[in-house]
Amino acid sequence: MQRYVVGRLLLMIPTLLGVAILTFVVMRLVPGDIVELRYAGSGGSVPPEVIQNERHQLGLDRPIPAQFADWMSDVVRLDFGKSLWTDHPVMDEVRIRLGLSLELAVLATLLAVALAVPLGVLAATHQDTWIDYAIRIFSIGGLAMPSFWIGILMILVLLTLFHWAPPLLFTAFWDDPVANLAQLIWPAIAVGYRYAAVAMRMTRSSVLEVLGEDYIRTARAKGVLERRVVVRHALRNSLLPVVTVISLEFAFLIGGLVVTEQVFNLNGLGKLLVDAVAHRDYTLIQALVLLMAAVFVFINFTVDMLYVVFDPRVRYS
Amino acid sequence: MTAGQRGQTAVRTKVGRVEMRSRGVVFGLVLAVVLSACTQQQQSAKTPAASVAGGEQPKPGGTLTFVVNAEPPSFDAHRETSFALLHPAAPHYSTLYRFDPADLTKIVPDVAAAMPEISADKQTWTIKLRTDVKFHDGALMTSEDVLATYNKIIFPPQGVVSSRQGAYAAVDGIQAPDKSTVVFKLKYPAASFQANLASPWNWIYSAAKLKTDIKWYEKNVDGTGPFTFVSYTKGSVWEGKKNPDYFLKDRPYLDGYKAVFIADSTAEVNAIKSKQAAIEFRGFTPQQRDDLSRSLPNDLAIQEAPWICVNYIVPNAKRKPFDDPRVRRALTLAIDRWTIGDALSKITIVKDVGGLMRPKGPFAQSDADLVKIAGFSKDGKASKDQARSLLKAAGQENLTFKLLNRNLSTPYEPIAVALINEWKAVGINVTHDVKETTPYLADLASGNFDVGLDFNCDFLDEPDLQLAKFYSASKLGKGLNRAGYDDAKLDGMIDAQARETDPEKRKAAVWAIERYAMDEMAYQYPAPWWFRIIPYLSKVRGWKVGSNHYTNQDLVSVWLAN
Repeated sequence: MQRYVVGRLLLMIPTLLGVAILTFVVMRLVPGDIVELRYAGSGGSVPPEVIQNERHQLGLDRPIPAQFADWMSDVVRLDFGKSLWTDHPVMDEVRIRLGLSLELAVLATLLAVALAVPLGVLAATHQDTWIDYAIRIFSIGGLAMPSFWIGILMILVLLTLFHWAPPLLFTAFWDDPVANLAQLIWPAIAVGYRYAAVAMRMTRSSVLEVLGEDYIRTARAKGVLERRVVVRHALRNSLLPVVTVISLEFAFLIGGLVVTEQVFNLNGLGKLLVDAVAHRDYTLIQALVLLMAAVFVFINFTVDMLYVVFDPRVRYS
Repeated sequence: MTAGQRGQTAVRTKVGRVEMRSRGVVFGLVLAVVLSACTQQQQSAKTPAASVAGGEQPKPGGTLTFVVNAEPPSFDAHRETSFALLHPAAPHYSTLYRFDPADLTKIVPDVAAAMPEISADKQTWTIKLRTDVKFHDGALMTSEDVLATYNKIIFPPQGVVSSRQGAYAAVDGIQAPDKSTVVFKLKYPAASFQANLASPWNWIYSAAKLKTDIKWYEKNVDGTGPFTFVSYTKGSVWEGKKNPDYFLKDRPYLDGYKAVFIADSTAEVNAIKSKQAAIEFRGFTPQQRDDLSRSLPNDLAIQEAPWICVNYIVPNAKRKPFDDPRVRRALTLAIDRWTIGDALSKITIVKDVGGLMRPKGPFAQSDADLVKIAGFSKDGKASKDQARSLLKAAGQENLTFKLLNRNLSTPYEPIAVALINEWKAVGINVTHDVKETTPYLADLASGNFDVGLDFNCDFLDEPDLQLAKFYSASKLGKGLNRAGYDDAKLDGMIDAQARETDPEKRKAAVWAIERYAMDEMAYQYPAPWWFRIIPYLSKVRGWKVGSNHYTNQDLVSVWLAN
């Protein structure tokens, strides 16, 4: 087990290195650069000498391998450099947004799990009844409607009925929980619905599959309470794919809520990444993609470890 | 009851509890919204009804919340070119001169004590300064600060970016003979110099701060303006509060302001609809204006004005067949600007037809003169016939090309669609080549396009600014002139107008340039000009829309009616 864990941890290094190289190269292949955008993007008449001078100051006129070597040598020391657009440390830019993105991801996950697991089980235990059909329609609705569209509808309804919209500015939960939730509960519902739909369908099919297993029949034959059969024997053994889906969705939420963040004007990591790409802010893009890749890799690793907890048959040796 | 039935009952009971909990959550959410809405209504009820009568006495107090749809790259206005810096940060600073908030065509002193004394040869400008101006850190502003500021703008040291250095080519040197006097020595009389001293970008910086670190102002704020800096949360909000030591003792009226950064245009409109923000100073589309009017019928005011922003149609003179003036001329002749201007004004932020200078501005030609220029006639059919003839003469009856455009729906894409439709009417096949901003700019800069849609925005109706793109591409127009031509005659004409200090003669010189550049040579020519539409909560008073979104942003005269 220990050997397996160490092996998995070491495997993260080439994975993240691959992501770093890919991001660095791809961004350099995209035409245009930050300097042209900064000075010509808003219609200003800036002399070309100014643009050349700025490129030189940012080191963008150096050979690409030299730029990569410098960046990697900083990254291994956990120095992600400064944003080319704002000249502020990249980690400062990330820190400001990380709290909001994490809280939104946690809220959406809590909502999704609270909906998905009981409704998924209910649909499975009532297969092909009206309950199952109603839950399936509800979950297909969540899959079919994009989160941002649900968000737009929510805001429209709130504005039309109550002349009210979620607050524009973020307040930390520990500063004012009501203000915090008044802003984040709406995007959490919009995102959580789709998230719940994915997990609900997975729970239903997984529970259905397990309910057909021999040991379930045996448990029922032995007179075990149906509730105990479902919760203890079926649900627990059905959770592996559900946990995987929930975990990967959680990782996606950390930086993937670009449009939803725009709709609700949330200052999150997704919006930061889109702005960075629009500005060709190479250092910020590279750091964010690396961070998101690290989150994915770490969550994958955690899920693998959770398998052992949920299914005693799983052993890593 | 079988075990299975008992189990199902148990599951149902559990689900019942879940449903009850869900109902509780939904009820809680609805309650939260109702309470929030009630709180808002209570807040509104406490405030007095807005008075809309003219000549009101400004009321002090309140915090103005406004929307800015982009964020500043740095805090240094001398290097930046985006309104995204001016809107949140201009209230912290002063300039030598400014545009009068009550009459935005008039230049008045800001930290200068009076208008400049100009020598007989118009090459020495002596400016007396106010002696009661303090920086927010308490230091007194003197001529040393103005000198350091203008030296940084006009003669930046190595490694310092000054985006508008070129606008001061006439300046030979600056002196500070005493603590309250600054003298500018010019190489030659420059018609635009007075206006450039009122540039909204020329914030007065502290000489001491610049001496410590010439880039100090890129990350810090210390001005002499009506509001002091409170905080900036990236991606979220910029806050300022009233400067108690501001040199105009009865100003500013506001206690403070919040500039909220919102990039999404729907979210911007929603911010005003929900009254969380009062105004966005750059502008909305006609549809957004109408949407807000419907939602806030009793709380909305609207100001509109022609805008010193325009998209230029730029044939690449380095590529065949656009090196042929007949082809370029045919392209402009095919466009019925009066018709498309009218149509586009209903869906996007363009409206008026004009030449190289803003329509209805001080340098604009009359419509009677403008219609004589190719592509500006009101007889669209005759112009299109001429276009066909020219294309035939040039052997380009089946002309096909790509129109390079930026992926902005306002107003680039609708303009391009209208142009393509006009060209199609004379038999030209055009592919709309839409690119994201950086590759679009890269293609424009490298000449990798057939015909492009370029753009220009300025803070002032000033030929030196608006004609900068028309200098030869390999000389003064380097990096600005995307059409790629070199024309010594046109360079000479632009130089001559810049040195002409007689206003009427200068206008005549500018109009001659318009005829030569847009008609005779047809190098590049404008689409209908942009039009600024500002719908805002009517409680905002003391702010007047101008012909640009750069000036009049220090909020010194703005107040709230409730």
